[in-house]
Amino acid sequence: MSADGTVRTVTLPDLGEGLTESDLVEWLVAVGDTVTLNQVVAEVETAKALVQLPSPWAGVVEALLVEPGTTVPVGGPLLTITVPDAAPTAGRSPTASPGDAAPHPAPAPDATVPEAAAEVAPDDADQPAAPAAPAVSERTSVLVGYGPLVEASARPHRRPRSAAWLAAHASANAHGHGRTHARPAESDRADEPGGTVAAPPRPTPPVRKLAHDLGVHLERVQGTGPSGQITRDDVLHALVPTGTTPPRATPAASTASTSAATTSATARPTTRPTVAPATPAPRSATTTASHDDVRVPVTGVRRQTAAAMVTSAFTAPHASVFLTVDVTPTTALLADLRADRAMDRHRITLLALVAKAVTLAVRDHPDLNARWDEPAGEIVRHAHVGLGIAAATPRGLLVPVVHDADTLRLPQLADALRELTESARAGTTTPADLSGGTLTITNVGVFGVDGGTPILVPGQSAIVAVGAVRRQPWEHEGAVALRDVLTLTVSFDHRVVDGEQASRFLADVGRVLARPASVLAMV
Amino acid sequence: MLRSDVSAGHAREGAEQRTTGSSSGAARGRANDGDDADDGLVRLVTTAGDRVEDPVHDPWVVDVDDDALVALYEDMVVVRRFDVEATALQRQGQLGLWPPLVGQEAAQVGSARAMRPDDFVFSSYRENGVAYCRGADPTDLVRVWRGTALTGWDPWALHMATPQIVVASQAVHATGYALGCRLDGSDAAAVTYFGDGATSKGDLHEAMVFAASAAAPVVFFCQNNQFAISEPVDLVARRPLADRAPGYGIPSVRVDGNDVLAVLAVTRAALDRARRGEGPTFVEAVTYRQGPHTTSDDPTRYVDTATHARWAARDPILRVERLLGARGALSEERTHDVKEKAEEFAHRMREGCLGLEAPPPLSLFDHVLVEPTAALRRQRDEHAAYLAMFDDEAVR
Repeated sequence: MSADGTVRTVTLPDLGEGLTESDLVEWLVAVGDTVTLNQVVAEVETAKALVQLPSPWAGVVEALLVEPGTTVPVGGPLLTITVPDAAPTAGRSPTASPGDAAPHPAPAPDATVPEAAAEVAPDDADQPAAPAAPAVSERTSVLVGYGPLVEASARPHRRPRSAAWLAAHASANAHGHGRTHARPAESDRADEPGGTVAAPPRPTPPVRKLAHDLGVHLERVQGTGPSGQITRDDVLHALVPTGTTPPRATPAASTASTSAATTSATARPTTRPTVAPATPAPRSATTTASHDDVRVPVTGVRRQTAAAMVTSAFTAPHASVFLTVDVTPTTALLADLRADRAMDRHRITLLALVAKAVTLAVRDHPDLNARWDEPAGEIVRHAHVGLGIAAATPRGLLVPVVHDADTLRLPQLADALRELTESARAGTTTPADLSGGTLTITNVGVFGVDGGTPILVPGQSAIVAVGAVRRQPWEHEGAVALRDVLTLTVSFDHRVVDGEQASRFLADVGRVLARPASVLAMV
Repeated sequence: MLRSDVSAGHAREGAEQRTTGSSSGAARGRANDGDDADDGLVRLVTTAGDRVEDPVHDPWVVDVDDDALVALYEDMVVVRRFDVEATALQRQGQLGLWPPLVGQEAAQVGSARAMRPDDFVFSSYRENGVAYCRGADPTDLVRVWRGTALTGWDPWALHMATPQIVVASQAVHATGYALGCRLDGSDAAAVTYFGDGATSKGDLHEAMVFAASAAAPVVFFCQNNQFAISEPVDLVARRPLADRAPGYGIPSVRVDGNDVLAVLAVTRAALDRARRGEGPTFVEAVTYRQGPHTTSDDPTRYVDTATHARWAARDPILRVERLLGARGALSEERTHDVKEKAEEFAHRMREGCLGLEAPPPLSLFDHVLVEPTAALRRQRDEHAAYLAMFDDEAVR
C-alpha cells in the first residue's frame, strides 16, 4: 500500500493541559477504511473527558496499533495511515516518523518522549525517581486552570550542572542583588576536584533567609538533607561551636525559656545578658565555621535603647544600693494566692508582689518616684506611680508602663503586668503604653542572675532590679535553714535621692517581702 | 432615522420592571432561558426563521437587506467552521488548548458588525468570532493557543486588545480606554466582552461604577452562555444579569443572543448612545455554549441532554438559513460560496498553525518592558544559564 503513499503514524497528543496518558475506548474506523482530514477515528478517555480524536490526515487506515481498553502514554502510537503523496497537507516532510504528527515543540507530543523517560539519569538529583509504569491514578474531573494529578512524566534530560553554569549563575546573582556580603565561595567551588561535580540542590528559600539573617555563609555549610541539600538544622548547627551545646544565653533561647519577659536591659553593658538585638547575628562570630567579624546595623529599638542609655548615664549621676532578703514568706504567700480560687483568673507572680511592695514603699519615700527638672530647677514628685517594666522582646528592650500602679489592687496589677509583657512580646505595644513611666522594675532574676546595677530610664529617679530567688542556707530563727533568698538592687539619681532615702526605701521593700503581714501596719 | 434609545422601551431602569424576581427554581430557570415564548428578550428573527416586527429596534437594522443578511450568515458559517478546525487541531496535538464558541456566533458576529473600525474591543479569550470580524488572519487566531506568541495580533491594527484570560479584567481596560476617547474628543467607543461568570467578578463592577460615574462611551457586552465553566448561571443570578446594571445607573437590555439581527440592532443602539455622550449600556445576549468550556472540559458531566437539545433547536445559523431560504435569498450557488470560503479559511488556519515556529526561549524577555531593567537582564542571564543545563537542543 505504501506504493501509492506514505505511511504516517498518528500518536496520542496531550488532550488536556499536562495529561500524560489516555485510555483508548473505541475505534471508529477499521483497517482499510478511507478517512478524511478531521474525521473522527477513535474515542479516548482522558482524566478529564471522553474525547473524539480527529484524523490529522486524509488517507487509508493501514493499521490499528492498540486495542480498546489500552492505556496509551502521550506520544504513544495509535494507528498508521497511508497518506497519498499529493495530500492536501502538502509542504510537510514526507518522512514517516512518528514525530511527524507534531513537528514543533509547543504543546505537541513527540516520539522522543518515551525515550526521554527511560533516560532519566538515576543520579540526577533534581529528577524524581525514574517514572514507573503508569500507576493507578485517581480519575478526577479537572477543569481549566487546575492541572491534573501529577503522574510520571517525561521531561527534558538535564545535564549535571557545570562549573561554567555555577559561575554564570553566581555572577548573575552577585550583579543583580548587590548584597553587601561577599561570596568568597565562588572561587572555592571552582577549586573543587573535578570542577563539574553535581552540586547539591539549592537550600529552600526559608533556609537561605535564615542563613542570611544569622550571617551564616551557606558555602561553608555541609548539607545533610537529600542529595546534600542544606537544611535548617544545618544552618543552626553552623552557628554552634562543634562539640558543645548551644550557649544558653543566646537571646532567642532565653526569651523562649522564660515565662516572664522582663529584662535587665538597663543594666550596665558588662552585666547585660539579654539586651538582644533583633537578630542574634553577633553570635556567629564565635562559630567554628566563620572567623569573620560580623557588623550589625544599628536600627530601631537597638538605636533608641542606646541613645536613652547614653542620655541617662551622662546626665543623671548613678549610685546603687543592694539588699539580700529572705522572701520565704512571700513565696509561701504566692503559693497561697495561686491556690485561692478567687484569684483563679489572675496569674499572680513574684514580680507582681515585688511591684506591689515597691508601690507601697514609695509612698513613704516620694523622692524615689520623682524627676529632676533641670530647666525649672525643681524636683517633681509624681502624684502617682507609672510603673515601668523592662521587657525583653524579639525587637529588643521595651519598657511598657502600668499607669497609676499605686492605685491598683494586686490582682489588677498582676493582670496589667501580664498584658503589657504579652503585648510587648507580640509587638503590639501602643505608644501610650510606652510613655508616662516614673519608676521602673527590671526582673533580671528570670535570666538566673542575682542582681546588677541597672541604668535609669531617662527622666526617672529610681530603678529596681529583682534577682533570682534562690533556695539557699540562711539564718532563720537563730539557726541555719534552707530559705528562699532574693537580692534587690536600686539605682538612683543622686541629684534627687541620697543614699539614705534609697536605702530606707529598699529596706521597706525588703521588709514587705520578708514579712508580708507587715503591710497591715502600712495601710 | 436611527433615533431609538435603549434606555426607553426594553431597557431596565428599575428592578420593579422585572417580573421574574421570584426565587423559585422555575422562575429563575425562565429568567436565563431563551425560550421564544414571552421571554422578554429583544428578538427580530424567531427560532422558526420568521421576521417579527419590533418598532423600537427595527429602525436600527432597516439597512440590512438580503445581501447584508447573507453576509452576516457567511460570517457565522466561517466562524463556526474555523472554530471546529481549531478544536480538531487541539485534538491532534497542534494546540495546547482551545475555547470553542460554537452556538455563540450570532452574539459575536452581530455585535462585532455593529462597530466602526475605530471603536476598540476588549475581549475575553472566547471572542474569536469577534476577532474574525475585526479582520484577524486565521493564523493570528491560534498563535497564543499554540504557545508561540503572547498575543495573536497587533491590537492597533485590529483595534482589538489582547484577549484577557483573567476573568473580567478587560472591563476595566475598556472603561479606561473609553474615558480616553472622551478626553480625545473622539466619538469612538469601547466594547468589552465577557461572560455570565464574569458578572460575579469585582473588576466588572468596578468598571461599571467608573463608567456610569463618568458617562464613559463603553458597551458592556455580556454573552450569557449559561455556564461559568460548569456552574449554571441560575446559581449566581436569581434575577436576570441585565438587572444588575441599572443599580449602577447603566441602562441594560436583554437580547436573544442567537438572533444575529437583534444583536446587531441593540449593539448599534448602545454604540450610538455612547457616541452621543449618554454613557454606557449593558447588553445581555442570552445565548448558549454548545461545546465545552475549553478542550480540557467535559460538559456531559454537567449539562443534561434535554437542555442541550432545546438550545440546539435555537441554533443561530439555522434560523437565518430558514429566513433567507423563505425569502429565496440563499441560492445554491451562494450557499456553495459560503461553504467554500469557510473551508478556505479553515485550511489557511491549519496551514498557518502547522507553520508556526516556536520562538527562541529568551525572546520571552524582549517584550516585557520597553527597556530592560537590571533585574530583567539578570533573570534573562539566569534563565539562559538554566537552559544551558539541558541536553535537548530543542529547548534552547
